[in-house]
Amino acid sequence: MSAISELALAAEPAERPRGYWTTVGRRIVRDKVSMACAGLLALIFLSALCAPWLGLADPYQGSMIHRLRHIGTPHYPLGSDELGRDMLARLIYGGRLSLVVGILPVILAFMFGTSLGLVAGYAGGKVNTAIMRTIDVFYAFPSVLLAIAISGVLGAGIVNSIVALTVVFVPQITRVAESVTTGVRNMDFVEAARASGAGAFTIMRVHMLGNVLGPIFVYATGLISVSMILAAGLSFLGLGTKPPEPEWGLMLNTLRTAIYINPWVAALPGVMIFAVSICFNLLSDGMRSAMDIRN
Amino acid sequence: MTENGRSIELPAIDRLAPVEDRGGAAQPLLQVTGLTKHFPVRGELFSARKTVRAVDDVSFAIAKGETVGIVGESGCGKSTTARLLMHLMKRDAGEIVYDGMQVGRALSLRELRRCMQMVFQDSYASLNPRLTVEQSIAFGPKVHGMADAPARALARELLGKVGLRPETFANRYPHEISGGQRQRVNIARALALSPRLVILDEAVSALDKSVEAQVLNLLVDLKREFGLTYLFISHDLNVVRYISDRVLVMYLGEVVELGPVDRVWDAPAHPYTRALLAAMPSSDPDRRTETPPISGDPPNPIDPPSGCRFHTRCPFAEPLCAKATPRLAALDTMGHQAACYMAIAGSGHSLAPAKGADAA
Repeated sequence: MSAISELALAAEPAERPRGYWTTVGRRIVRDKVSMACAGLLALIFLSALCAPWLGLADPYQGSMIHRLRHIGTPHYPLGSDELGRDMLARLIYGGRLSLVVGILPVILAFMFGTSLGLVAGYAGGKVNTAIMRTIDVFYAFPSVLLAIAISGVLGAGIVNSIVALTVVFVPQITRVAESVTTGVRNMDFVEAARASGAGAFTIMRVHMLGNVLGPIFVYATGLISVSMILAAGLSFLGLGTKPPEPEWGLMLNTLRTAIYINPWVAALPGVMIFAVSICFNLLSDGMRSAMDIRN
Repeated sequence: MTENGRSIELPAIDRLAPVEDRGGAAQPLLQVTGLTKHFPVRGELFSARKTVRAVDDVSFAIAKGETVGIVGESGCGKSTTARLLMHLMKRDAGEIVYDGMQVGRALSLRELRRCMQMVFQDSYASLNPRLTVEQSIAFGPKVHGMADAPARALARELLGKVGLRPETFANRYPHEISGGQRQRVNIARALALSPRLVILDEAVSALDKSVEAQVLNLLVDLKREFGLTYLFISHDLNVVRYISDRVLVMYLGEVVELGPVDRVWDAPAHPYTRALLAAMPSSDPDRRTETPPISGDPPNPIDPPSGCRFHTRCPFAEPLCAKATPRLAALDTMGHQAACYMAIAGSGHSLAPAKGADAA
């Protein structure tokens, strides 16, 4: 009797099979560093999103008599910039553009680069050569120069600078994705999947993606800070954001003249860029180790 | 169905219907003719392109229900042969006929995948580290159109068949189980498509001896239960003798001897086979081999020796051996064949039996 019920139980999935991503999610929630970073990022995102309702000063309203106030001055909790505008308001409003120009190109490049790298790495042979040699052409130019060239050709504007930055990052991510994919592709389990008759798309979706995303993820998030700085460079040349629009990179650029007068205030936009990029980096690092369920 | 001597009812488990027998019992399950694979290797600049002759004109047949072993030194083309048979690699020449149907014509590649499955040597590398055991086994049936729930139920049933309690193992990841257990999972994965032929490429070589024995016994049981046919590739001669009905001996991409395993073991006809058998370590100290039966490494397969490829290491080599390649010749009526001039009557080799004399 007991044998019967045991076997019946055995044939029916007794416990809910935990999927791979559920396991990863549970592991990342347990990681304190990742969660702290996620919290800080959420705070920055939310404040940027809700900026008009936070009761902040007007980020565009300058005052010639209140220029370059120190941190902690009454009415200027984080001081004021070279035109006497409230730094707190500008930093929070600045998050709106900065996060977009910092993250959007990386997300776009991540999608294109990962797809290209997966195809190149999985297909191998001539397809690989065609994709990777084309990618190498982009490598011939320093990324700043490439971004300026593309932005210059497309014309000034935020959308165009996002496009330019995406084009700059796609080759880098493709290269990483290709090398990781090539490594996974030669594993026996991919051969076994082919031997079971699965098509290339199914194999990539089920067997490759989970095994290649981790390293690409970590690499891509490291590009977020680069993206913000490059975007600031474009703005400086008049190709991206235009003053008086608050944007961290641009603010860093204009405040550099005040670095000897009020270094703390001048450094604030840089602190924001640093905070966002280190949080993304640590979070992706936590993500990668959560995805590596072997330990 | 009986389990532990008691008759019990199992919930109905869907299986993929095996591709049905078409050729009848006399038709070999797999017939391989002239299988050839050459890998191009880049030579020096401006010099001619060279090729590694990994598998060169290999022909054999596997009857339904038998176990055929392939033995040989590493690099002799055993694994390449397996991959060519599985169509994981394109062959340069040769025909593969499954149950009378030519693969690619009468039998589609997709259908062939269900008829033929493979178990790899590295039990860890052959399982996706990010899929649970159950998901890995259920993947194949799902690819062939089975819904998720029945595929998982089938995976659990097969886990039971390979001796792993589904409640304990289904949701584990490959790194959470031992090497022997992983290889059992790999066997279950291969069986999930209801194949008739299972290629075991060094499937037990990486396991330690006691686990190896258990897995071998499991393979024997599964063969009986599912009516399987095995192609068993190994460098371990004891294991091959234990499990195989017939055996193929390969040297540098060529078959040098084949026949019923007892015939080959008792009366090896090719000097290479003799050397291989003599190289087997004995547990009896009085029978310890003190001089190596063959010396040196196998020659480079990029430029294989002319004629008989073994003549550079063969103690009986004569000028004749370097000139032309000996073909496989029948030694008896039981299918024992060898590609050696010493076994071919009237071949011109001084040790060959006289023409008309009975070959031993």
